[in-house]
Amino acid sequence: MKVPIKVTVNGKVCESEVEPRTLLVHFLREELGLTGTKIGCDTSQCGACVVRLDGATVKSCTCLAVQADGMAVTTIEGLAQNGNLHPVQEAFWDNHGLQCGYCTAGMIMTVTELLQRNPHPSADEVRAGLEGNICRCTGYHNIVKATLAAAETMAAAPASTTATTEATEATGG
Amino acid sequence: MTTRLFGSGIRRREDPRLITGQAAYTDDIKLTGLVHAAILRSPHGHARITSIDTAAAAQAPGVLAVYTGADTEGVLNPIPCAWVIPDSDVKAVAYPAIAKDVVRYVGDAVAVVVAENRYQAEDALELISVDYAPLPAVVNPEAALQEGAPQLHEDAPGNQAFHWVAAGGDTDAAFDRAEVVVRDTIIQQKLIPNAMEPRSAIASYLSSMGELTIWNTSQNPHIARFVTCLVTGVPEHKIRVIAPEVGGGFGSKIAVYPWEMIAAFCAMKLGRPVKWTETRSENFVATTHGRDHVEYVEMAATREGRITGVRSVVYAGMGAYLSTAAPGIPTILHGLMYSGPYDIPNIKADIYGCFTNTTPVEAYRGAGRPEATFLLERLVDLLAAELNLDPVEVRRLNLIPKFDDGHDVAIGLTYDSGDYQRALDMALEHVNYGHLRHEQAHQREHGHYTGIGVSCYSEICGLGPSQVAGAVGFGGGLWESATVRFYATGKVNVYVGTSPHGQGEETTFAQIVASELGVPVDDVELIHGDTDNTPMGWGTYGSRTTVVGGGAVALSARKIKDKAVTLAAHLLEAAEADIEYADGNFFVRGAPDQGKTIQDIALMANVAWNMPAGMEPGLEATAFYDPPNFSYPFGAHVAVVSVDPDNGHIVLERYVAVDDCGPQINPMIVEGQVHGGVVQGAGQALWEGAVYDDSGQLLTGTMLDYALPRAHLVPDIETLATETPSPHNPLGVKGIGETGTIASTVTIYNAVIDALRPLGVTKLEMPLTPERVWRAIHQQDHQQDQQQDQQQG
Amino acid sequence: MYTPEFDYHKAGSVAEAIALLISHDDARLLAGGHSLLPLMRLRLARPSTLIDIGGLGDLKSISVHGDAIRIGALTTHGEIAASHDVRHANSLLAEVAGGIGDPQVRNRGTIGGNIAHADPASDWGTVLTALEASVEVQGANGSRTVAIGDFFQGPFATAVGENEIITAVTVPTLTHHEHDTGHGHGHGHDEHGHDDHGHGHEHDHGGGGLAALHGEVGEYAKMSHPASFYPVVGGAVIVNVENSRCVSARVAVGGLVPTPVRARAVEAALTGQELTADNIAAAVNHLADDLGAAIIGDVFASAEYRRVVAPVEVKHALFHAIGLAHH
Repeated sequence: MKVPIKVTVNGKVCESEVEPRTLLVHFLREELGLTGTKIGCDTSQCGACVVRLDGATVKSCTCLAVQADGMAVTTIEGLAQNGNLHPVQEAFWDNHGLQCGYCTAGMIMTVTELLQRNPHPSADEVRAGLEGNICRCTGYHNIVKATLAAAETMAAAPASTTATTEATEATGG
Repeated sequence: MTTRLFGSGIRRREDPRLITGQAAYTDDIKLTGLVHAAILRSPHGHARITSIDTAAAAQAPGVLAVYTGADTEGVLNPIPCAWVIPDSDVKAVAYPAIAKDVVRYVGDAVAVVVAENRYQAEDALELISVDYAPLPAVVNPEAALQEGAPQLHEDAPGNQAFHWVAAGGDTDAAFDRAEVVVRDTIIQQKLIPNAMEPRSAIASYLSSMGELTIWNTSQNPHIARFVTCLVTGVPEHKIRVIAPEVGGGFGSKIAVYPWEMIAAFCAMKLGRPVKWTETRSENFVATTHGRDHVEYVEMAATREGRITGVRSVVYAGMGAYLSTAAPGIPTILHGLMYSGPYDIPNIKADIYGCFTNTTPVEAYRGAGRPEATFLLERLVDLLAAELNLDPVEVRRLNLIPKFDDGHDVAIGLTYDSGDYQRALDMALEHVNYGHLRHEQAHQREHGHYTGIGVSCYSEICGLGPSQVAGAVGFGGGLWESATVRFYATGKVNVYVGTSPHGQGEETTFAQIVASELGVPVDDVELIHGDTDNTPMGWGTYGSRTTVVGGGAVALSARKIKDKAVTLAAHLLEAAEADIEYADGNFFVRGAPDQGKTIQDIALMANVAWNMPAGMEPGLEATAFYDPPNFSYPFGAHVAVVSVDPDNGHIVLERYVAVDDCGPQINPMIVEGQVHGGVVQGAGQALWEGAVYDDSGQLLTGTMLDYALPRAHLVPDIETLATETPSPHNPLGVKGIGETGTIASTVTIYNAVIDALRPLGVTKLEMPLTPERVWRAIHQQDHQQDQQQDQQQG
Repeated sequence: MYTPEFDYHKAGSVAEAIALLISHDDARLLAGGHSLLPLMRLRLARPSTLIDIGGLGDLKSISVHGDAIRIGALTTHGEIAASHDVRHANSLLAEVAGGIGDPQVRNRGTIGGNIAHADPASDWGTVLTALEASVEVQGANGSRTVAIGDFFQGPFATAVGENEIITAVTVPTLTHHEHDTGHGHGHGHDEHGHDDHGHGHEHDHGGGGLAALHGEVGEYAKMSHPASFYPVVGGAVIVNVENSRCVSARVAVGGLVPTPVRARAVEAALTGQELTADNIAAAVNHLADDLGAAIIGDVFASAEYRRVVAPVEVKHALFHAIGLAHH
């Protein structure tokens, strides 16, 4: 028995009927074609599937699509605004914060929330904030570096991040 | 163009698609009419299949077909092993895509369901009823070879997959007259690679043309095509293998697996494209594992600490079948590396390949060389302890002195170039070794246990000369090819046979071409991964892509430069001998302002309005590069740990890596490779390990049980480098993908043992879990309690 | 990855959720889903009906009434960690909440869901046991309150009836002491966590030291599994200190026996003692007195090891409570 849901994804209202067991990540990838969100495990450990749900990062493999009914989702595809990369995306690029790229969407989504909650984190706080995201390539070194760099850019030029801040606020962040 | 691009840490050109979610990995690809396969896997380590009933599954909603081993038998040939090492009695037992009579490991395929969607396919799997008669299993490689062990294959009596011996010098004599001998038993635990992208394949068959296309999470699509042809019978020129974006491999995406062959079988049967994507739990049993050695190793030396011999007996687990490259790993890539960076006159490696009821073993980052480095660096530390010398001094005494162009080691290899002492000095100076030791002594007085581990390594990379590949039984060549093509607009495509999956060659190969020919790096685009539009190549593994593939790219660019000189001479009405080249400009000596740029040349060559007599149009070159030797990167690493004796908890406080991979094309990427490699090696030392029970059940079968390194558990990695060019390849490069993993496991292990030395601990089993460390510390005190607890279970 | 099929109902009120529970056999409540969905994806749990209570806003409140904090069952760990009210009234709760799982687990996982799951090593189980919390449970016949000591009935078993819902957890505040900023003081520490990352524990009680401590101090220390981050063994302590002497103590441990338990012998050994390192070390050795022989064990940490590590965790918690570094 399918259930109707209405979810705002990256600012766009999506209405659909889903099987109750459809995971949010499958809804995003299969129904909406937003394949930037990845599936890396089946036990909620790896964080490749992290998206923001009403502003809070969640593992979209541990959330049913029906649980997102009436809520707003931001995925990696929704971060860049008007063709401008989000400062966190830019910092990952500048600092070689990715290699194979598979964990990257989840990492970046986690870091956007981390920096929103703690705009000036220490390296140890960044590492603690990445507990729910596994990367097998980088040894985390450059992800931490990228996060600290993004914090600096966002502090130095808050104007450049306005668009994204608004976007996150629109999703309840 | 004045920037020297070779050597500059420019940001990666592949990243924009990866940081925006636009990159397409195999599972992201959708085709019209796509259906989904799910594979039923054996829940038993070893069992006879007595019956299978698929009727209910076939009737389930959305199900198109259910196939078993009875359907694939005779249609799909067994999955072949591609590295049959000579003179070692290799038993390349048949590996059927779907097991029909006997399952030999948890994960062996028993049936496949194809359905309209993946949920339906998974539901239907539960409706297949299989009766198994369980058989006794064996999971430990050494136990597998014992008399009376459960037998896996009729064709491999005693479970022996092969027996390989390599020797140099007179090792037994060296041990007979040794002044000192140290010994160790080392368990290189089985590891589960866990590339973040699970494996996936889509197969599509055009029956009218007999054409099979497979999107495959592969490190080596050309090898995958070759093996697909052997298994499916579709001729090689009718097969296209595409490795799209690939999310890490670490060796686990080298093998050609039964699973993509099953997808191909289903696609050919059903006339619809079929996708199979493993879940992570499936990945734990169905994607190859690494390491799994039981090693008895010993080192002979003089009282002064000079090493006179190394020998081993190694039981290397192969899992239930021989995976694509498996036999070559504990032999060629391990047994031949017992000299490491040291001058050791007598070496003997005695290696048994063993079948066990576990997931097949394959290359895993470092593949054989971490194990070799581990035993060597372990033995050197034991020797230092035995002789009461500082472990650094024993290393210094035995390091091969600096050499620029070839050094023969006892086992028969010729190292290319090395300056081991310098790397060690740099590492020790960076950490201020003397001060560290002083601090350590001070902390011990206060009951704090810190440890310092130092290791030196040399590894065999840049695989390798094809002639050697043939001699050691590798079922293919090891050369690479590349095509560099200029368009009239001056833009460039580079087509390569290697298949990077995270290593950043879209950037580094563009840097090579930009440096050789003076084009902006952004004007160069790399094409890789698709057998239909790339030249032949043997793939990305063994730290060979930059060395061999990069060599082919450089040689192609140089051919282009030769043609450009001829064309420039013609256009400038000068003699070829008078043409000079600088930064993308070809000019008559003394007149750089009136030269022709490479873009001018590209335009003219493409329109061909004014060409020298006899010159072919176009500005394009292909080069095939077969290296004359392997490359031998090296380095020295230092780890600092602290251990809490109360609970055995280890903290990795500091890690310093000095690596020499020759000239660095992009230092940022080199450092990234070292960071990742070091942490992966730390994973083996501290957290990772497959645990099987006696019946072959994998007890660490999910990410809830199998611990991977996490951000908050590792420190920043301090990277330094020396630069010793390889004398024999066009760029002088040596490879960097595996160095971190090769050195870090034993460096951290040695540091932990060093920390615990005052507590009398000399030996631990990996991973160094808090409990194991605590047990080692408290073994004597608590032996009685332990027995009591076990009784009460 | 793929759960079996189930029927789905979204409850609009607690009463409706209870009615749905009564009318559906084999139904399970879905709150954050962080305990249930992973089991369903591995097809280890297969309820025929899920009743989604995630929308019940009145179960998401935090309120302080006198000397008690009432936390709605659907309050997430993250909300508890971030709540100024909680931090002010009983900062141990906030610190523990901030150390559960990872940021995404804290964003979704709820205190009610966590205790309903009743993992023997659960952070909340151990800490709420030490705090002598009580659990509000609602059924068709109204609400009842269950003392935490009666709540956990075995591994993954609680006193919640088949057709009942946990609605709130009530926790006493910690009494004030002068050296914090006017509120009870608590912390969580993870032996595998970032607190330990390369630097050991840094602890600062404003330089006043033990002698300056007055009132109740709560601490929690645990060893987490390096893969799952689930606690393996945890120890929670609340000590009432006056003039560096322990007036009273409440100590609980998790991950040892089927439910979290009070360590009464340790409490007794601490009471009346000067809180010196030696006295603490001696007191925690009484932990064995409170445990039977049947200690839990697994591949990562055997029974024998847990038996040894538990007092170490309690010791660490006590050391932190009084401002002693344990390294």
